[in-house]
Amino acid sequence: MEALQILERVKSRFGDRVLEISEKKPDPFSVVDPGAIVEIGRFMNEDPELAMDCLSNESGVDYKDRIEVVYHLFSYQHRHGAVLKVKLPRDNPSVATLEGVWKSANWMEREIFDLLGVNFEGHSDMRRILMPEDWIGHPLRKDFVEPAQYHGISTVRESPIVRLDTKKK
Amino acid sequence: MPLLNTLPDYVLTTKTDELLNWMRKSSIWYMLFGLACCAIELMHTGGPRADLDRFGAVPRASARQSDLMIVAGTLTLKMALRTRLLYDQMPDPKYVIAMGSCASCGGLFQLAYSVCDGVDKILPVDVYVPGCPPRPEALTEGLLKLQEKIMTERWLVRSPNAKQVAAA
Amino acid sequence: MYINFGVPLALTIIAVGFVALMLGLQSLLAPQNPYDRKLTPYECGEPPTGPAWINFNVRFYLIALIFVVFEVEIAFVYPIAAVYLDWVRSGRRLYALSEILIFLLILFVGLVYVWVKHDLEWIKKVPVED
Repeated sequence: MEALQILERVKSRFGDRVLEISEKKPDPFSVVDPGAIVEIGRFMNEDPELAMDCLSNESGVDYKDRIEVVYHLFSYQHRHGAVLKVKLPRDNPSVATLEGVWKSANWMEREIFDLLGVNFEGHSDMRRILMPEDWIGHPLRKDFVEPAQYHGISTVRESPIVRLDTKKK
Repeated sequence: MPLLNTLPDYVLTTKTDELLNWMRKSSIWYMLFGLACCAIELMHTGGPRADLDRFGAVPRASARQSDLMIVAGTLTLKMALRTRLLYDQMPDPKYVIAMGSCASCGGLFQLAYSVCDGVDKILPVDVYVPGCPPRPEALTEGLLKLQEKIMTERWLVRSPNAKQVAAA
Repeated sequence: MYINFGVPLALTIIAVGFVALMLGLQSLLAPQNPYDRKLTPYECGEPPTGPAWINFNVRFYLIALIFVVFEVEIAFVYPIAAVYLDWVRSGRRLYALSEILIFLLILFVGLVYVWVKHDLEWIKKVPVED
């Protein structure tokens, strides 16, 4: 099945919960309602014609006005894939977890929480995975300010190069 | 009890110092501390072509059994705390080689949020080996420089610049 | 007769002396600089958590107990093996054989008991009670 056909099938099942379908090359994607993502995911996993048994990637994107969570789904049985997106507000972004449908969502959602601050409701182990446990802030946000020091180690290194052409004040 | 920094500057005592230094430089056991890509070059340097074992340097996995720490690779802030603890747990006399540009100054990733710019922010470094990654020959040269440095240390002879063991 | 102990004595003196020399040289020449962080238990860089003493599994005690009993049995059989030929030459072969066989038989009964009670198995299969 082509990706557009997959998304059309999902839209025919879920109606107005699928907000838009975009035919962008190379991966057509579909923006869905955040409240319905678990149902849609479960349908795509269990439907015999779609049989999306692999969540190959889940990632977050920080735009200036919203945060998106992008799901790349793939089916080993039928060898086809599709992309779903969910748009969330920037302050307090929160969406239900897909850990119950695909186990690989566990660590991927931990990474999105760690680096972008998206809270996943119902996640069994919501803690940082890449940054240290006592890190403050979410580094991949556009408004992230690097702290001056971490446990006494300063995060700035003076350049050893002395320019001879301009006078150093 | 120890005789360190107590003996006068006679030829016998300086020769004993040289003997001790020669013994120490001929069997520097390094800790396998490969963090990133420089670890591959560290493995190559320990391999057959550019052999570190001919200088007496054998790799040890544990900090308690090594006297050289070759920091090979990018040091992140998360790893920096553990690196400091591992350095503290090495027995004296201990030396550090910062291998590669990431360990010397943060390298390619100096502006990243999670990278500790250079291992000398947390440890006293003896030899810096530049390169990205440094060739096995370059790391061998770094080890030889460290051996020269070890030969100049004064342990037994009482002198103002005798090697002071670093306190906490 | 006591000259036979000369060689082990010499070896003992050399071994103890060598170790004492090494430790003595180390206490004179090695830099000793213990401080708090150096003396923490080694856990590959992580700050140590939890106690260092853990409870041992009871299986080890059981195996050690059975081992001690049969090790003592072997220790008793060794002198028999040394003097058995003398007993055979003086014509009391049956006497010696029956004595050692009775000794081994008594301990064999113990082995059978331990075997049947599944104490030789590392993982004991306990029957499920309905």
